[in-house]
Amino acid sequence: MSYKTDYNAVAGLGRANEGVHHFWMQRLTSIALVPLTILFLIPFGRALGGGHEALIATYGQFGNAVTAILFIAVACWHFAIGMQVVIEDYLDGGARLVLVILTKLFSATLAVCGVLAVATILFRA
Amino acid sequence: MADVNRGNRPLSPHLQIYRLPLVAKISIMTRITGVGMMAGGILVIWWFVAGAYSPGYFAVADGLLTSWFGKLVLIGSLWALWFHFANGIRHFFFDLGKGFDLPVVARSNWYVIGASVVLTVLTLMLV
Repeated sequence: MSYKTDYNAVAGLGRANEGVHHFWMQRLTSIALVPLTILFLIPFGRALGGGHEALIATYGQFGNAVTAILFIAVACWHFAIGMQVVIEDYLDGGARLVLVILTKLFSATLAVCGVLAVATILFRA
Repeated sequence: MADVNRGNRPLSPHLQIYRLPLVAKISIMTRITGVGMMAGGILVIWWFVAGAYSPGYFAVADGLLTSWFGKLVLIGSLWALWFHFANGIRHFFFDLGKGFDLPVVARSNWYVIGASVVLTVLTLMLV
């Protein structure tokens, strides 16, 4: 018979309840990115290298702009949680904490810049 | 401890000498490509931001992304994207508990590698 308390048997083994949230969001964002990647790449590839007129012509269209905004937002989110897993697998302590925080700030900044830029191009067109 | 036989005993495979199976190498590559494609991601976001800023600044970004350096980063990131994409699709099957038999894995390894190359070439040709 074990004299361990219930608490002691699970202490340090991770969270209950919301423990799979991170895993699940990684899957949900992956699923969303399958169509979004394809829908983003086609207009982007055509606009690339075409100068400012091609940019306005492509992202002045509502559908292209919405696809680009969704792609950028979901991809940055997917990157943030994926990068966090990579950092947590290889680093401990302070370095882990600092890099995870930097990853979140970097991803959020990149997402806001990308989303606002595409929205600005759409509204100006 | 001095008379313990320390030579000639089988050792468990060490990471540095153990030849990783292809599926493990692909798994590691999926991480590397996931992180690495951010190089292209930053360039693309910068391209959009420059486009929102002014036509003159956009010309600089559009020019850099289509220069040899920009193309190198973008095509590298594009391949990384499709590799990550292809192995991600395989992981959907793994998540559903399918495709774990070794002969199936041996085949799907090459589907992933093949798809990453084919999709990269297709994107470059069609887009």
